[in-house]
Formats: sequence, structure tokens, C-alpha cells
Amino acid sequence: MIPINYAQLLQLALPEVIVVATALIVMALDLVALRNRPARLRFIVAATLASLGCAAAIARILLAPAQANILDGTLIANPLIHLLQIAILALTILALLISVDSTFTEHVGEFVLLILMATAGMMFLVASQDLLVIFISLELLSLSLYTLAAFSKRSLQSWEAAIKYYLFGGMSAAFLLFGFSLLYGFSNSTSLPAIAASIHGSALNPFLAIAIVTTAIGLGFKIAAAPFHFWAPDVYQGAPAPTAAFIASASKVASFFIFFQIVAIGFAGAAGTATISHIIRGWMPVLALMAAASMLLGNLVAIRQTSLRRLLAYSAIAHAGYMLLAIIAHTQQSLAALLYYVFTYALATLGAFAVIAVVEAQKGSDEISHFDGLSRQAPVLSFSLAIFILSLAGIPPLAGFFGKFYLFVTVLGSTPRTADLLWLVALAIAMSAVSLYYYLRVLKAMYVAPPPPAAKEFRSPILSQILVAALAAAVILLGCAPHLLLKSILAAIQASGL
Amino acid sequence: MLAWTIYISFLGAAAMLLLPKRSVALARALALLTAIAGFAIALTAFVIHRTGDMLTITRVPWIPSLGIEYHLAADGISLTLVLLTGIIAVTGVLFSWDIVDRTKEFFAFYLLLIGAVYGVFLSYDVFLLFVFYEIVIIPKYFLIAIWGSTRREYGAMKLALYSFVGSAMVLIGLVAAYVAAGSHTTSLADLAQFPFSPHFQMLAFPLVFVGFAILAGLWPLHTWAPTGHVAAPTAASMLLAGVVMKLGAYGCLRVAMTLFPLGLITPWPHHILGLTSWRDVFAVLAVIGIVYGAMVALVQRDFKFVIGYSSVSHMGFILLGLMTLNQIGLSGAVVQMYSHGILAGLLFAVVGRMVYARTHTRELIALGPMNLNKLIPFAAVTFVIAGMAGMGLPGFSGFVAELMILIGAWHAFPALAVCVGIGIVIGVVYIWRAMQKAFFAESGVAAGFSPRESVPKQDAGFSPGSLPPITFPERLGAIILISASVLVGIYPQILLNIIVPALNSPLFEGLRKGSWQ
Repeated sequence: MIPINYAQLLQLALPEVIVVATALIVMALDLVALRNRPARLRFIVAATLASLGCAAAIARILLAPAQANILDGTLIANPLIHLLQIAILALTILALLISVDSTFTEHVGEFVLLILMATAGMMFLVASQDLLVIFISLELLSLSLYTLAAFSKRSLQSWEAAIKYYLFGGMSAAFLLFGFSLLYGFSNSTSLPAIAASIHGSALNPFLAIAIVTTAIGLGFKIAAAPFHFWAPDVYQGAPAPTAAFIASASKVASFFIFFQIVAIGFAGAAGTATISHIIRGWMPVLALMAAASMLLGNLVAIRQTSLRRLLAYSAIAHAGYMLLAIIAHTQQSLAALLYYVFTYALATLGAFAVIAVVEAQKGSDEISHFDGLSRQAPVLSFSLAIFILSLAGIPPLAGFFGKFYLFVTVLGSTPRTADLLWLVALAIAMSAVSLYYYLRVLKAMYVAPPPPAAKEFRSPILSQILVAALAAAVILLGCAPHLLLKSILAAIQASGL
Repeated sequence: MLAWTIYISFLGAAAMLLLPKRSVALARALALLTAIAGFAIALTAFVIHRTGDMLTITRVPWIPSLGIEYHLAADGISLTLVLLTGIIAVTGVLFSWDIVDRTKEFFAFYLLLIGAVYGVFLSYDVFLLFVFYEIVIIPKYFLIAIWGSTRREYGAMKLALYSFVGSAMVLIGLVAAYVAAGSHTTSLADLAQFPFSPHFQMLAFPLVFVGFAILAGLWPLHTWAPTGHVAAPTAASMLLAGVVMKLGAYGCLRVAMTLFPLGLITPWPHHILGLTSWRDVFAVLAVIGIVYGAMVALVQRDFKFVIGYSSVSHMGFILLGLMTLNQIGLSGAVVQMYSHGILAGLLFAVVGRMVYARTHTRELIALGPMNLNKLIPFAAVTFVIAGMAGMGLPGFSGFVAELMILIGAWHAFPALAVCVGIGIVIGVVYIWRAMQKAFFAESGVAAGFSPRESVPKQDAGFSPGSLPPITFPERLGAIILISASVLVGIYPQILLNIIVPALNSPLFEGLRKGSWQ
């Protein structure tokens, strides 16, 4: 083992350090200089500063890409992790931009601080293969998110969302910790590769089985997979729009990646199989159950929703089911498919929340019926929302379609026989056909229904229009030319040798 | 150059959104110009390219890591259908002259749909084909849901869901085939060469075939068609019956049957109800569709439903033609795709635009007393011509197509061919009945009024004897469509010269090996 000192460690973690420093600066500035200014100005200053901080962190990653593995994977730097960190930072910037027009709080500095803390947590989360660091970063992320969900203090729904999120989150953290402790117990190590080495070849003992199940529960909660999804609809509905967008995008990216890493690296020897005629115990059948349950429940319950946010929450559960398939396949290709899927999914969801934020500010609710006739009041916003929704539905030539196609292809290709995981893929495709129904309802409200008779003048802020139009353009572009993103994902995975 | 049919339509759709608000005339003109440009390109290619074998238009890597290519090409079958699309696109605009509500958006969706349809017919990469195939779903939904009539939201949603379920089945089959073939190409020609195991083909074939055939109105999955057609505005019903249903049939032929020929012809280990392979199953379903569609059309009270069910019946001919697997039957099927596209377009134009837009009713009972043959004689004449063409009278494209399919079916399934004859007879009757009731019922008694049927209330503002005259765009559209049908009816070689060589190309080798006469 190479001895390292703090200077080197800090240098390696410089992007994270930049983010944390920015958070503190924003907080201090807001507290000292801007306390008595109008909230809007404070939001603009804080969000701009924070975005600049994130951009600086991205620049640092791009300009000085380090390649390192400190203390058996406690902190890793490689192209893949850089790609993920860049994605997380970019999504954070977008979430911050959504927050600029918000009026839900006077505690601007604290809000932005927590967002950046969560970002730092995610950056550490993806950069580690050590159970302790993973758990600590996950808690840093989660605790920030709980508070962020509660930020709209005037709204009872926000309270409810935060309490539910906190209670379920705390419980799942307990499960996760329990699983981790068992893993440490029989491998004497907290490093994922070492755990894999110690369980390799041994039969699936009861402790390992418990560890697998509890870990899957803990992580399943983070990605909102059924049956650990109960927090999602309430949080998506109750949390302030920028928070909900942040939870639905950046935190999903980090959580899915770490889920993949833990099972694919840590449980490498205990995969089992999820072929329906020939199930071998391991984590694959557990995840297959979760995936099937998520796809079924998410898509079927979404049909009944009348609130767009809740609809997006159930659609998120369904998408978690699709993405779990890539984790089940656990090949290099399927990791690429997972990353492509989760990136484009994050863009589309973020964009959808950006539109919701504007509509809510104008009409006071996110009920789908409040979107009636929106296409004639706000053509840019409606068109962009239509693009996001259709991308989520998987209609070509949008990014969501290629994501699905690639994911299904890699899942089928991951097993020696094509038919092994076909049941899951067929279920996923069938369920995405169901999903079109509820997605179309949103489009129907916007484009088909007449606007309410006594409609007020609808004012779309120019920044939001630019933001969502850019996101929509990105979703179209990534759908028409998936190789732009796929190329860098594949190169990063190759270079990192995961 | 042919690729520009796609791009021009998409560009037209995009340009439409940039027009100033409420610019009806401008939007119309732009749509017409775009459609004419597409049609001109299609026609030029059709005239220049007279050999019928495959003509590569563009072939560039698209997603290299998956072996997906942007591969556009055309053979005789594609050219025929591209030409059909061009004709329907132009006439569809002519028959949408009365759209004044949200005109820009209407034509934007319209052109988007047209562009995607061109794309499907020109794709030689299954991934690309599927992309275009799915793009069609959304504009189709909006065209019906926003500008439609009877139960439009229901009809639109039903159509969208049926289409999406169909394409989900196709997607499962294609993804499995792609992975089974080694995950390195989605080229149609390469996949058609790949020796998939017979077992795999027997599972994949019905999945992909039915997935496409849903859109081609395969009985019993046809129920979207009548409701969708009836709900749609005129131009959308023309597109729907004229080209969108052809997409399904084209997909059956181009993808399902070329990729999995063994799945089609390999006999099952057991006979089930006397059926021995998937080919028998789909042939029987096609014939049921022909007879059932015709019988249901016979008892409809709504004029548009008559045409809607006649589409189901005529599409049955195409599917039957495909199942004959002999050259005459298959080329007959392609000619029927063209013929039905033209004639269904014409019939829907008469019913939807010429009659319904003026009388605001489609009830045959209510139309009878209006003396439409006196008020709008042009509509009556057009309907008579279109109806006769649809019955399969010599001199029209329908005759050639149905005759070829019948001969093909006689070779392949003699018993079924007899049933088809029954279907044709009923076809004569329902057209006759509709014609008589809608246009030539001199009085209520002559039209066969029965006391329990009452005349539905007409819209306010309707006064008998003062229907607006048939406009110039309508006349022009009708004349274009009639000539397109008559031309092929008199000189079918114009299409057959390019269709037959296309069917003899290496792409269909698997089918030919199976059973070719």
C-alpha cells in the first residue's frame, strides 16, 4: 500500500472540496450580506454562485483528470467516476437554475447549502468502493435531501413528504447498515473487491442471503423500487419543485450507479440466476422480483393519478424497474446502458419538473386538469413537456427510446442463451405499452383540452423557457444521435475496467 | 434524392410551427407545397427507376457500437408505396381545405406523419424502420383527438394504444432477433440472411407479424380501425386508411416474413383444428376479416362506418395475398396496398369532406331524404366511381389486385378462395346499399324507412336545397385519386414491372425457398 498524506488526498478530492467550499461561501454571503434583500435577488445570487462552484468542479475534473485508487478503493478516481461526477454536477446546476424563480422559502442560503452538500455526498458516493465511505456519503446525501424536502415550510404536504421520507429513509439506512455489518462480519473487510473475494466460491450461507436481501432493501429504497417506494409519491408531490427535480434526477444517477457497483463488484460471486425455469439463489432473483414488482406497480398505479407529480413518481418507480434489469444483467455493456438510461431519464424528469414549477407558480397546482389547453397559453413549455413525457414513454426518436432499446438489448445479450431473461424484457416492453396511456393523458390535457374559460394571462419566465427548451433539445439530440453520449460512456467504462 | 421526401416533410412540419399565429392560408399553402414537393420527388424516382431492384439512397453508420446504420433504400415495393404516400399526402391537403381551427398545428402533425410514413417505406435497417414506425403514433393521435368528430378522444386513444401494443410486440421480436444474431447488425438484408433456428422463428414470427398486422386491421384485432376512422377528420382518415394501414402490411411483408420465413411455413408438430402452420392461421384470419368486414359494413347506419369496415375487408385481401406465398399473390397484395390506399382515401374524402362537412350528419337514414345526388352531384358521381372501383370492377386498380390475390389464393388455399368469393359478393351489396341510401333515395319510402327508425336531429342551420357547392380543391383531389386508380387498372404493368423484380430480390430468398410457384 502506498502511503499517502492529506495534501495528496485533498488534491484528489479537490472537486468535492470546491463544492463544499462553495456551499460555505454561499451560506456565509447570504447570511452576512443579503439577509434583508428580496428573496428573488438572494436566489439569483446564491444559485449563480453555486452553479459557478459546480462548474469550477467540472472544470477541475476535465482539466486534471486523475487516475487513482487510495486505500483499497476508499477513494477512487478514474474516467468513469469522472463522467458520473460531471453528470451529477451538471444536474445540480440545472436543479439550481430551476430554483431561481422559486418563492417557497426565505432561507435561501441554507437551501443552496444543502443542495451542494447533497452533491458532495453523491460525488463521494460514486467515487468509493468501501462500505463505510459509501454509507457515510449516502447518509450525507439522504440527510440533506430530507431537509430539502421539508423546505417549503408553509406547505403541509412538504412536511408530510419530509417526515415520510425521513422515517422510511432511516429505516432503510438501518437495513443497509445491518447488511453491511454482516458483510464485514464474514469478510473482515469493508472493501467491495475483498468482500467479493471472500464470498467467492462459497455456498450461499444464510448470513450472506440476509446481507443480500437487507442491502437490496436499503438500496431499493434509494432508487424507489417497489415494494420500497412508499415515500416517492409523497415526496415528489410535496417537496418544493427544485428539490423534487433534484431527488428525481441527480440522486437517482448516484444511487443507481452505487447499486450496480455494490452488487456487481461486492456480490460478484453470489449472483445466482433469474431464468424463470431455473432459478439459482443469489441476488439476481431478488432484484428480478423487485424489477418485476416495480414495473407492474409503477405503471398500473400511475394510470389512476390525477396529479402530474404523483404520476411522475409512479413513472419513476416503473423506470426504476427497467433500470434494475441492467443491474441484473451486470455486464460492461449493461452498465453503459444503465448510465445512458439514467442520464437521459434524469434530463427528461428534470425538464418535466421545471415545467411543473412554472405551471404551479401560475396556477397553484400540479393537477393534470390544470394543464388543460396549456399548449395555447405557453407553447414552448408545452412542447418541451411533451418531449420529456414522450421520451419517458420511450417514443423514438427521443433519448428515452434509445435508452430502452439499448437496455433491453444488453440485458438479453448478458446471458449465454437469449431466452434467459426474456421474460423480464418482455414484461418491461409490455408495461411500457401500458405506460403510453397515462403519458398520453398529460399530452391530451395540454393539446386537446380547451383552456379554462376564465384563463388568466399565463406568464412564462424567460429563463425557464430557455432552460426547458435547451433540455428538450438535448433529449431530442441524444435520441437522434445517441452515439454522442454513448461513445464517452463506453470509453470511460473501458478505461476504468469495471 | 428520395430521402428528401422524408426531410422535406419534416422540415415543412418544423416550418409550420414558425408561421405567425392564425395564418390559415399560409399554413395551407405551405402544407400543399411540401406535399407536392414530396410527391414530385416520389414520382420522379418512380419514373426514373424502372427496374425495381434495390436502390441504395443513403447508408452511413448511425450508432456504430451497436452496428445500427442509417440505411435508406428503395425497391419496387417501396417505390410503389412511396408514390401512394405522395398521392395521398397531396390530396389529403386538398381535402383539408376547410380546417380553420389551429390550422398550423394540424398541418404540422400532418406533415410529421407523412414524413415518418415515407421513412418507414424507405428504411432498410430494422431499427430505423421501427423508429419511423413509432413516430407515426403520436401525430396520428393528435390529428384525431383534436380535429376529429364522433367520440374522437376515445377513438384516438384506442388507436394509439393498439398501435403501441403492436409495436411493443414487434420490439420484443426484433430485440430478441438482434441479440440472437450476435448483436452486431440491424441491417434488414443481413438479418434476413442470418439462419435463425426454426424454433426461434416459429416463436418470433407470429409475434412480429401480429404486431405489424394489428395496424393492418387483422381480424380480430381490427377494432381500432372503424372507430379510429370514424373519429378522425377527413384528411386523417385518408392517411389512416390510405397509408398507415399499409405500414402494418408493409411491416408484415418486409420485416416479419423476410426475417422469419421458416416461422411462417414450418409445419407444427400437431395439427390444431386442421391448421398446420402459422401461414394457415393467418390466411384463415385474413379471410374471416374479408367476409366479416363486408358483412358488418352491410348493416351499418353510419356512412363512415360502412367505409371503415370496408377497409377491414379490403385489408384482409392484402394479408391473404401475403399468405399465398406465390409470386402472383404477393404482387397482388402489393398492388392492393396501392389500390386500397387510393380508393379508401377517395371514399373517406367523399363521406367525410364532401358529405359530412356539408350535411353534418352521416346517418344513412338522414342522408337519404336530402337528395344528395341532385344537391352535390359531383360527390355522388365520385362515390359511384370509387364504389365500383372498390367492388373490383374491371378498369380499376381494385380489379387487378383482387384478381391476382384470388388466383394466388386459388393455388395456395382453394377452399379459402371460395369463401373470398362470398366476401366479394357481399362487398358489391354493401357498396350498393350505401350508395343507394345516401345518394339515390328519392324519398323516405324508397330508402326503406322502417317506422322504428327515426331521422336523427340535424344540426341547426341546415336547410335542404342549399348545400355549399363542391369546391375546386375537392374536385381536383377526387380527380387525382380516380386517375391514379384508373391508370393502374388499365395498365397494371406500370406497378408490376417494378414489384415483381423486387419480390425476386435476394431479400425474399427465404420465402421463395419455402414455397414459390
